[in-house]
This record gives sequence, C-alpha cells and structure tokens, in this order.
Amino acid sequence: MENLKNHATAAEEFIKDEPRTDWHDETLWFVRQKRDLAAHTLPEWEELREWGSQIKNHTLSNLDEYLENFETNAQANGIKIHWAKDAEEHNQIIHKIITDNKFEKIVKSKSMLTEECHLNEFLIQKGIAVVDTDLGERIVQFRNEAPSHIVLPAIHLKKQDVSETFHKHLNTEKGNNDPQYLTEAARQHLRNHFVESELAITGVNFAVAETGGFVVCTNEGNADMGVNTAKIHIACMGMEKIIPKAEHLAVFLRLLTRSATGQPITTYSSHFNKPRPGQEMHIVIVDNGRSRQLGRADFRNSLKCIRCAACFNTCPVYRRSGGHSYHTAVAGPIGSILSPNLDMRANADLPFASTLCGSCSNVCPVKIDIHEQLWKWRQVLVNEGYVTTTKKIGMGGMAMVFAHPRLYRLLGSIGRKTIKWFPFFVNNKLNPWYKQRDMPEAPKESFRDWFKKQQK
Amino acid sequence: MSSRAEILAKVKQNKPTLVPLPNIDFNDLITYPDLITQFISVVEKIGGAVFLYPTEEDLAKNISLEPNETYNINTLNMSEAEKLSLSKVHSLDLERVHTAYFRGKLGVAENGSIWLDEEAMVNRVLPIICEHLVLVLDKNLIVPTMHHAYQNIDVSKTGYGTFLAGPSKTADIEQSLVIGAHGPRSLKVCLIG
Ligand code: SF4
Repeated sequence: MENLKNHATAAEEFIKDEPRTDWHDETLWFVRQKRDLAAHTLPEWEELREWGSQIKNHTLSNLDEYLENFETNAQANGIKIHWAKDAEEHNQIIHKIITDNKFEKIVKSKSMLTEECHLNEFLIQKGIAVVDTDLGERIVQFRNEAPSHIVLPAIHLKKQDVSETFHKHLNTEKGNNDPQYLTEAARQHLRNHFVESELAITGVNFAVAETGGFVVCTNEGNADMGVNTAKIHIACMGMEKIIPKAEHLAVFLRLLTRSATGQPITTYSSHFNKPRPGQEMHIVIVDNGRSRQLGRADFRNSLKCIRCAACFNTCPVYRRSGGHSYHTAVAGPIGSILSPNLDMRANADLPFASTLCGSCSNVCPVKIDIHEQLWKWRQVLVNEGYVTTTKKIGMGGMAMVFAHPRLYRLLGSIGRKTIKWFPFFVNNKLNPWYKQRDMPEAPKESFRDWFKKQQK
Repeated sequence: MSSRAEILAKVKQNKPTLVPLPNIDFNDLITYPDLITQFISVVEKIGGAVFLYPTEEDLAKNISLEPNETYNINTLNMSEAEKLSLSKVHSLDLERVHTAYFRGKLGVAENGSIWLDEEAMVNRVLPIICEHLVLVLDKNLIVPTMHHAYQNIDVSKTGYGTFLAGPSKTADIEQSLVIGAHGPRSLKVCLIG
C-alpha cells in the first residue's frame, strides 16, 4: 500500500484534478450541512455535547477501574477478553484465534482500530485473506487502497472509479455507473461471503462497563450479518471506547450519527452482550499508545473521540486535500492530533495541515479542543526538533502574533494591504500554504474596523 | 508482567484527577406534541413505511390475505416449540426468507427506531437476512427520546438486541443513497392501537 510521506506533497497530488477536488470539497460540505440541520432539530443539542464531553472526561479519569469492571462483567456474560499493548500484539491475538480454529473464511466490518494496527496486511502476510464487508471498505480493498475517511471510506472516488473496479473484480457491466446497480452487485457478492463466514471481526463503538456488553453501529447491516452467521465473533476496541452505564448510550447514540451524516440514528445500533449458543465471542482491548496519550495533559482529551468524522467534513484543509494525504489510518483534524502520539517523526507534518480556524472544535460532539491541540502539537514538534525550517518560520511568526493581540490587529490590517498590493509577496515560497492555493481576496476592512465605525 | 497488568498500571498512573459524571436532566429534553405523529414522520423519512391497525386482529386478517407463494416467517404468535426450532436454523436456510415479522418492544419518536431483543428475533440472523422486514409495535410503547428508551428497557437482559431504524442502506458510492445494502430492502412498521 502506498504511503505518501508528507501531507503537503500528497495534497499537491490530490488537488491537481481540480473538478474532482471541488466535488470532494462540496460533497463533504453538504454532509456538514446535514449535520447542522440534524443538530438544530434538538433544542438540547449544546447540552447534549456537554454531557457527552463530561461523561468521557469522567470515564478517562477512572479508566482503569472501568476497564476492570467491563472485563469482569463481560466474562460473566461468557465473553473472552484479551489485552493488547500494541498493534503487533493485537494482530497476533487475532491470528492465533484464526489458526487455532483453522478458519479460512473471515469477514470484517468497519473498524478503524484494525486499520490503525494494519491487521489486513499482517494477516495477508500470513496467507490469510480477510473480506471487508462495508461497501466503501470493500471498494477500497479491491483497489488496494486505504479508506480515506473514517465514516465514508470511498469518498475520494467517483462512481466511474467504482464501476471500473467492480467490472474488474465482480465482472459487472463495463461503463454501468448506476450506484443502485453497483450496490446490488456488491450485495450479491458479499452475501456469499456472509452465509459461509466462519469468523467475523467488528469494531466497537461503545463498551459499557456496567453491563459488560458493547454496541456496534452500522447503516448497511454488515456487522450484524457477519457476526450472526459466524462461529466466532472478535470485537476489537481501543480502550477509550468504555462508557460507565447503559443509560449513557442515549447521549452518545443521539450525538454520533447526527454529527456524522445528519441521520437521527444509524439503521442498526446493535448491543452485543452474550454469544449465541454455540458461538464464541472475543474482545481485544487495545492500548497502542493510548495510555501514553492519557498521561499528556494537553492531549489526553483527544481520547474522548467517538469517530463521527464531523471534524473531517467541516475542515477546509481535509475537504481540499483528501484523506490519503494524511498517510495515517485516521485522517482529518482528529487524526492529526492522535497520530503524533503514535510516531512523532513520521507524523510531524500533520498538525501543520490545518488553518487553525477552529471549525473542528465547534462541531465536535464531545467538545475536544482539536484546533488548540493542533497548535500545541506544533510547539512540541518544533521543540523536539521534528520540524523543517520553512514551517518553523511560519509558525514562529504565528506564535508571536497570537501572543500579542495588538500586534495581531496591526498585522491583520497589514496583511490585508499586502494581499491587495503585493500578492507575490504573500504567495512566496516561505508561505507553505500558497502552492496551488489561491489566497483569499482581502476584505477591505477588518471586522474590528467595521465595528468601530458602526459605533461612531 | 502480563499486558493486562502493564496496561492497567500505566492507565492508573497516567489518568487525571477524578471528575464527576454529569447530571442528565430530563426536563431539558425535547418534547413532542404528539409522539405517534413524530415517530411516523421519522420512520417515513428514513425509508420505512407505516401502517395503522386498530387491533392486533386487524393486522392478523391483513397478513392472512397476503399471497402464500413466498417464504415468510411470522414470529408474532409462535409457540415455544416453533421458536426453539427456528432458533437453530442455519443462515444458509434463512437466506431465501422473503418477509419476516417481529414484535418490537419499544419505539423512539426522535429517531424512528424500534428495539428488538433476542427474544423477539428468535434467531439472531433473521431480521437482517430477510429480504423484507415487518415490525409490529403497540402505539403505547413509543417514548420521546433515547434517554427514555434506556429508562424503559434493560439492555443487559438480552444476549443481543438492536435499535433498528429503517431498511438497511448505504451511500458509499458518491453519496447516492441506495436502500437495501446487506440487510432488508424494505421495512414496514405496523402500529397497533
Ligand atoms: S474529534 Fe470530535 S468531531 Fe472529530 S471524529 Fe472525533 S468526535 Fe467526531
């Protein structure tokens, strides 16, 4: 799988196709608008976000006890619990369950954790093929690509691309781009895998300490279909997926899909508590750097994330650079604050892939201060020596500007004049944002100037 | 040290000072002038169809009029023995099921979902593998929001249960909505009362 090293270079590649970039941008903005409409149907929306945020804060402040609670209750329900300190151990646990049972027919529904751990690649190297059953994930799997978005895995593709891919792999009619026809082809193809599957892997949206059960949300029904036909169900969860009580699910299920796609809830919000008779159920609880992130006061609340992708859809940089330019399993603003924790050197570019406009923090259903963390990561990365000179200059300048509000006002007005008079000066090589980007047209007066005039 | 012990020790060491859980005040939640109207409008918006029957007998009459040539499974009035044998049927044999009928335990007005637990499903794969799904629900079992839903049902009482909202769907190809992804291609909700 391609691993493009640097966000800026990869983004440059993405935006070469201008109509496609525009389409990507507009489509995701449309999803963002659907989120707004859904949020506005609930007068308690802001309070709901606050509850979500506080439940997560509370859980993180007592995480070890909730994890142990969850384990005890899940085991009492007949579920087997495994603990993995990193991606390697996670993959090995799953591999062992597969080989112990000599299974060959394995299906997997969407799990960003298994992407983070590169489970598919690990198993392929051992000669084991896993079939991804989410439609978008199946499409990118056929194309040997990674998902470009955590909720909409194939959002970087057009229907013509899907049609070509299906023609090649599923023998669909050449040139038939009808989404209905293509979806039907995938349904038939995956049905065969489902009814014969021996082992099903799923992610976990929420794990409830009090009940020892967990919830998986899908629209397609692929998780339920896979699990309920297979002899073994393995659910993979990052340890931050815990919530204290079942009643808290109300808060998160209300927030999740409204934030993600604007739907009031996913088609299936399935609660798994016990294996069915004759079935085995396993849960792999994964750390992989999360306990370290928990110890970083500035960054720990990134662990509150419920993976709704609202911050992706609203982000002007994500929308115009595409998910693959982030070169990590979780892209977008949240990926940019999670990934440096996993590998500072490899992901040092990501906190810079942002305009710090703050839109991500405004839409986040659990109130993560994403843009502030992006800013703080920049400082950490510079101090640790992971950042190249151009970015340092840009950033040093910004640090000064933000620290001195009066300077900001002055520079703001200079900025406006500079763009008007000397566009080449701002659009120079020292401004890493310029390449392929049109600088915005300068407003004639700043809000503050305008406001002051209105007061007179 | 086992990974379990290692992870828990690190978490314990790194976790911040304990902060309290919020108090979820039900007085702040949305209220609907008419729960049933709200419920019906959301079900229709998410791709389901709603039918009203004054009594359970009216529904039964209607079901009996349906053409018989298709393979349908009606769990509504099954005997315990029938349920036991259905619970053991393999997915390969359920793949041909045209329509399956289930009785929902609760409906949620804010999102049009219906709670189905394992007892109602009889066989876990049936509500997802059937081509068309019919859910029967007593009108009086509709609550305003998910908060009320969790107050009314104890999810831990069942091995498996789902809030089911509309037919299965996907928009993974260019964001075009297609109904009938992996699960049922249609959902009928029959409200009784
Ligand atoms: S950071 Fe917030 S907005 Fe972004 S995916 Fe996570 S929960 Fe959603």
